[in-house]
Amino acid sequence: MRSAASSATIPEIDATQAPRADHCRQRRFAYFHINVIAKGRRFGRHIVMVNWANFVSQVFNGLALGALLALISSGLTIIYGTLGVLNLAHGAMFMLGGYAGYVAYTYTGSFIVAVAAGSLFVALVGILMERIIIRHFYDRPHEDQLLVTFGLGIVFVELARLVFGSQSQIVPAPPLFAGITSLGFMFYPTYRLAVVGIIAVALTVLFVVLYRTRIGMIVRAGIEDSVMVDALGINVYRVFMIVFGIGAMAAGFAGIVNAPVVSLTPGIGDDILVQTFVVVVIGGVGSFPGAVLGGLIAGEIISITSMFNPGYAYVMLFAAMTVVLVVRPYGLLGTKGRE
Amino acid sequence: MPKRRRYLIEMFTAAGLIVAPFILPHLGFAPNTVNRILVWGLFGIGFDILFGYCGLLSFGQSAFFGTGGFVAAYLLTRAGFPNVLLALVIGMIAAAAVSYLVGLVALRRTGIYFAMITVAIAEVFFFVEFNPLSAFTGGENGLPGVPMPSFNLGFATLRFSDGWSLYQFLAVCYFIGIVIALRIVRSPVGAILSAIRDNPLRAQAIGHNIHGYKLAAFVIAAAYAGFAGGLLGVLQAFMPPDAFTFETSGQLVMQTAIGGIGTLFGPLLGAAVWLFLQDFLQSALNLGAAWKLVLGTVFVLLVTFLRRGLIGGLKDLYELVAHPKKPAEPTEAASLSDFSAAAGSDAAAMVPHKRAADRGSGPILQASGLSKQYGGLRANSDINFTVNHGELRGIIGPNGAGKSTFFKMLTCEIPPTSGKILFEGRDITGKSVTDVCQLGLTKSYQVNQLFTELTVRQNLTVAVLADLRGKFRLDLFRDPESIPGLKEQVEQTLQLVRLAGRPDTKVSDLAYGEKRRLEIGLALATSPSLLLLDEPLAGMSPQERQETVKLLKSIGQGRTMIVIDHDMDALFELAERVTVLQEGRVLVEGTPDEIKANPAVQEAYLGGVLE
Repeated sequence: MRSAASSATIPEIDATQAPRADHCRQRRFAYFHINVIAKGRRFGRHIVMVNWANFVSQVFNGLALGALLALISSGLTIIYGTLGVLNLAHGAMFMLGGYAGYVAYTYTGSFIVAVAAGSLFVALVGILMERIIIRHFYDRPHEDQLLVTFGLGIVFVELARLVFGSQSQIVPAPPLFAGITSLGFMFYPTYRLAVVGIIAVALTVLFVVLYRTRIGMIVRAGIEDSVMVDALGINVYRVFMIVFGIGAMAAGFAGIVNAPVVSLTPGIGDDILVQTFVVVVIGGVGSFPGAVLGGLIAGEIISITSMFNPGYAYVMLFAAMTVVLVVRPYGLLGTKGRE
Repeated sequence: MPKRRRYLIEMFTAAGLIVAPFILPHLGFAPNTVNRILVWGLFGIGFDILFGYCGLLSFGQSAFFGTGGFVAAYLLTRAGFPNVLLALVIGMIAAAAVSYLVGLVALRRTGIYFAMITVAIAEVFFFVEFNPLSAFTGGENGLPGVPMPSFNLGFATLRFSDGWSLYQFLAVCYFIGIVIALRIVRSPVGAILSAIRDNPLRAQAIGHNIHGYKLAAFVIAAAYAGFAGGLLGVLQAFMPPDAFTFETSGQLVMQTAIGGIGTLFGPLLGAAVWLFLQDFLQSALNLGAAWKLVLGTVFVLLVTFLRRGLIGGLKDLYELVAHPKKPAEPTEAASLSDFSAAAGSDAAAMVPHKRAADRGSGPILQASGLSKQYGGLRANSDINFTVNHGELRGIIGPNGAGKSTFFKMLTCEIPPTSGKILFEGRDITGKSVTDVCQLGLTKSYQVNQLFTELTVRQNLTVAVLADLRGKFRLDLFRDPESIPGLKEQVEQTLQLVRLAGRPDTKVSDLAYGEKRRLEIGLALATSPSLLLLDEPLAGMSPQERQETVKLLKSIGQGRTMIVIDHDMDALFELAERVTVLQEGRVLVEGTPDEIKANPAVQEAYLGGVLE
């Protein structure tokens, strides 16, 4: 019993301390079981012993994953809410943030510069994408928008593969958050705790921007009724561009913040995208609070189920989504009218 | 389509499949590539019915491709099942059965929600295949050793092995698949699916159970996917686990979009382009893994600039060459000339036929105490309203009087907050708009709700089908022409709304006045015993109004109608009795002359008249 528990928690700590370990280290992460299965498919029937410390550690893992999903989903949902475009390249934005940060880190060695570079680069990509391509799709059917963003996502992923190769890359955690923290009854990687804090700050900033600034008010009005906003003499296209930039930036920021936890591969965003969809369906499309709530719920479901059997994590996630769809078809915090 | 040209597409397909092995090798296609193209093409036929015809973009088709494939492969390898074809069919049935359950959840929503839910569901299948079911599916190893098909004909045994030999088997499968698909899209169900794609709300309002039809399209798509999945296992002699991946669904979507959506052959062409370029870029140009980048870029460019794919582009090019002159812009004059042309038509010929028995005197519609509350706003309060059989009732009222809300409650588009509606003595409160239409009550909309991508005739056909076939029927292989009365009813409606002159024009090419008449025609084609018209004259020129009033008079013969309009002269000329609504209440009711003389009405409209 005791040895089983330690085998599940200790290696994670190794990984954070020894960031240059080979990419096989991924499989040790209880945190991202799901991604590991999807990419490596090496996971057999891996059943972790259930005990108190393990449970708490999984709850923390769920919180970290949930916060991450909440931030990414917020980006997706405000873009959809305002522009009416579901960005299937959003997962690729997450990936690009990680790689842009990785490049910046390689040159400067500063994690803060990496985070700034990752988020700003993706914001720029988002703005360019909106200006050059998405803009011509506002008047076209939803399906066309899905197709073009899906194609763009593939282009981004393949570009990253061309430049960086398929080998995974690692950005180490900043020295301040390196190592492990004792929570009294268990040890936990410090950076994993820091992720929750960093994302909470980012979500707060996003909240302040959306709910306490003029541009945020326009964005929220645009989510309600973009035609009306246009009629009031506000240049909605400029707002759309800014929103797309902010939404993409949220994903890019999450991408680089997550890079010390899970090593970067070009396909890292694919699974995140799917999880984000579930989050948005659970929370309600176009709802920022819904994305946060949905993200936390999804994160915990994935983590806690993974403790028993990672193979069922998605099944449980899907079951939760089905229950929500049956009981509240427009999501927990969504409203009717947005389709 | 004339009878002799009927099977032209089928014949060309057969010819193409027969000559392909003699031509394609010279173009650099390996037999194995051609076989894979056929499998993807077959997979895509179902997807095209779902997306191209019904408008449902699913990113989760891999779930059914994998299900069908693994069920067939399991039967053929581990279960020792001897008959390849039977195993493929069982796989197909399994995929269809699973998709029925998935569809019940996924089809609760449409549009992007549907796309997101299908992605999520497909991911679940992927994980289930890898973990809980890995004992059956081989997990990450897949199922090797899937046998090639062979048929014992008694006197000889037909064996299909690699390459062009297997091609024969796959080509026959593809051919049968395309023949079935062509039957489906030409059937009444096919017409209804297109209508659902164009305007689901109206398809519902004219009496089709759109949820049932969408589910049918979803299951059909899954059946094709399941069969194709089984063929993939046969083709590779191995069932690969990546059949279940998101990449599979994505590749299918991209191939279909590249080839052309809504063409049935688009997926085949798209697969040919995709697989050929993949081979070409990888081997001939030595691009290695970058082939996908090139294809992704090509895809983005195609979606941006050639939205109907290669086949759509070729069609447009053909149109440009064959008919270089653009059709004349629709004008009001053209619209008006239809009236004189059709003046002699026998309008009274078309009466609500199947409900003739319960026509009689007395009230056809009784609404009592009808109220509708939107938050703090009372749109309708306590309306009591009765219309008798054969009556032509007018409703007027200033803007915001609650006229349209009242109509929406009568047709059950929105439920009343309180009150009761009796139609032909039956309580219809809380029923669905589809059921109410099937009972014989429907309306024409204030803002046109047409099937814009279909022709005038197709629009009316879809409406008549609801009347003749009921709200749901899976006559997937029926020739619409074999439905008794269909053609006649469509022709009569065309005559009645003066559109007999241009039945094969696409709705988007019609003049405004013509669209308004088609709007009425759609409601009329369901042969309602009570027809509600919401501002039928809105936006028309004075001359068009005059003609349309005449038209409405002829329609009104032998049926009960309620008309809302702001044109009082027209309404007073038309209606036998008029109800005035003001601020959500019935102000007064009476003959046109009584209404004209009523001081309360004058006050409502003119803000009071000083004596």
